[in-house]
Amino acid sequence: MAFNPKHILTIRDLRAADINFILDTALSFKEINTRQIKKVPTLRGKTIVNLFFEASTRTRTSFEIAGKRLSADTINISASSSSVVKGETLEDTAQNIEAMHPDIIVMRHSASGACDYLAKRLKCSIINAGDGTHEHPSQALLDAFTIRQHKGQIAGLTVAIVGDVTHSRVVRSNIYCLTKLGATVRVAGPRTMLPPGLEKLGCEVHSSLSSAISGADCVMMLRIQRERQGKTLIPSLREYARFFGLNTENIKLAKDDAIVLHPGPMNRGVEISSFVADGPQNVILDQVENGVAVRMALLYLVAGGEQLPKD
Amino acid sequence: MKILIKNGHLVDPKNNIDGQFDLLIDQGKVVAVEPSINAPDAEVVDASGLLVTPGLIDIHVHLRDPGLEYKEDIISGTRAAAAGGVTSIACMPNTKPVIDSAPLVEYIINKAKNQGSANVFPVAAISQGMKGEVLAEMGELKAAGCVAFSDDGVPVVSGELMRRAFEYADTFGAPIISHAEDLSLVGDGCMNEGEVATELGLKGIPWVAEDAATAREIMLAEFTGARLHVAHVSTKGSVELVRQAKARGVKVTCEATPHHFTLTDEAVRGYNTNAKMNPPLRTRSDVDAIRAGLADGTIDAIATDHAPHHYDEKNVEFAIALNGIVGLETLLPLTLQLVRDGVIDLVRAVALLTCRPAEIIGIDRGSLEVGAVADIALIDPELEWTLDAQKLQSKSKNTPFDGWQLRGAAVQTLLAGCTVHPR
Repeated sequence: MAFNPKHILTIRDLRAADINFILDTALSFKEINTRQIKKVPTLRGKTIVNLFFEASTRTRTSFEIAGKRLSADTINISASSSSVVKGETLEDTAQNIEAMHPDIIVMRHSASGACDYLAKRLKCSIINAGDGTHEHPSQALLDAFTIRQHKGQIAGLTVAIVGDVTHSRVVRSNIYCLTKLGATVRVAGPRTMLPPGLEKLGCEVHSSLSSAISGADCVMMLRIQRERQGKTLIPSLREYARFFGLNTENIKLAKDDAIVLHPGPMNRGVEISSFVADGPQNVILDQVENGVAVRMALLYLVAGGEQLPKD
Repeated sequence: MKILIKNGHLVDPKNNIDGQFDLLIDQGKVVAVEPSINAPDAEVVDASGLLVTPGLIDIHVHLRDPGLEYKEDIISGTRAAAAGGVTSIACMPNTKPVIDSAPLVEYIINKAKNQGSANVFPVAAISQGMKGEVLAEMGELKAAGCVAFSDDGVPVVSGELMRRAFEYADTFGAPIISHAEDLSLVGDGCMNEGEVATELGLKGIPWVAEDAATAREIMLAEFTGARLHVAHVSTKGSVELVRQAKARGVKVTCEATPHHFTLTDEAVRGYNTNAKMNPPLRTRSDVDAIRAGLADGTIDAIATDHAPHHYDEKNVEFAIALNGIVGLETLLPLTLQLVRDGVIDLVRAVALLTCRPAEIIGIDRGSLEVGAVADIALIDPELEWTLDAQKLQSKSKNTPFDGWQLRGAAVQTLLAGCTVHPR
């Protein structure tokens, strides 16, 4: 079944079949990344603009490499060097870029709904690379891809996600993605970091790390932003680490073969101890590796997906 | 010149009139209200099939004049009022500069008299510059013609200053209108805190931000014995707080907006910036509580919080869009919908739009007894029309009701006997 979306804005609006199609497509791209010559002509002649209004290393680089390995022309624009600082509106910035006829804009923005906003106003395709605290679809897809790689399938698994849920776009996309694929998702964090109505997204809500990760197949730790310390959400990183940090002791509550994920960048010693982050259960760098394949799949499918890559 | 409004269904709640009456106007005043009037020398307006009511009164309007005329001014804002059947409005002081001195009150009154299409009653600031630090010169402001005091949109944080504001305003017989919100609980929230905000990833404003502030204002009003009017109640809790306060004799009144009794936070989906206002759209149970409050008398008036904003200020990312919607031209059909929904009867609806708000701000409008100023709305309650935002009289088009099928409209509006709508 073909899936050629105009945009990738949310996971919420995808069907399970669409998600599986993306993951299957990504699998067929993954091998390209380990070849001697890591390039196929699939998107030759296509122009991709990475329009990043928020700092990003991992996601931007991943999309850039994905585009280049598919032979697209990839241009990076970051907010600090753009006209945003001159007071130009988002619509004007985007329309100026569109006037140069890109095929795809990969966009990250600090405002929830910003990608939706542009998709309603521009003719080219938009891929959401993270909008505010709303969604981060490509992250959820690479997480699902990584879980599938290690666990065979996602249906029937229990996935615990722990951290600042309120401010996390990763968690929202992951809840939709994993529950659509048949997993049980538990989220946990201090109540100051759990927004109301969370269970309506389809997950279980736990108030302790231990109850969330007990018997879990996968444990995903969310980054705690250092600037939240000493504000009203948590008193200190020290206390956060004690009650919500993953360490070599509490990881034993999860299944013996549980895998540990983190979307990065990690705060070692805060939400995750180095011994877990570097331990045998971690698949954190697999996530990063798989991110390139998943983003190749997204770019390919959004660009039309006419011919599957062959040697 | 005499005008005879014949065969209309006169609804004048203040005077307990609800039935077929003719009404004769001479020199801008009502001179007769009888079941049947013959006046050969009068111009006859046939009001068959129409409601004849006192001109509507909206006590919560932002006219943006002076200083923000690119959004609205006294001319366009009062034209919008007339088009909506509204003949008297109270305008909020958050202009540039803030209405905190007598000459500014006089400017508004004079401009409205000379160029406006409705009566304009200024609400002046509680604190100088609406900074929440020093009381405005309330005595002079009242003498210049303001009808109430409010730091609308920028609630007074200090309990002490608010206490003194109640006491001082009471000295001059004017009520305090409170935009009741605890700003620390609002934070940088941009919609109601709840399921929809969680899903959209937008920062929420919890109901307790309003309830906590409403509770404080009520306690201060009770303590000082002064008069409090709570603006735009949006939560179940604040309706209940006002209900309880009234029961124990606190001098408190409150208003609700059409959008808060019509829409829920579901309207924000799709990041609709025309569903962004402050206080925010709440949940179904809040809407139901406001409707119950309108029915049982807890809520005294329907007011629009007409808040014009330029296209550019709404055509942005949701989090940075400005708060507010225009409301003058949708007040009537949305209120009549409450009657059709069986929430309130027609007489109560008209009271909420006329004599009750007039009492709150202490103006001699909102009723049609002999001798009253002939501010009158002729309303076709069944007229069906589709709202086209671009055709609004207001300079700004920021409404979440664009494209809605509405029922009920003012077909003619008279201001002191002169037709101000249609133009």
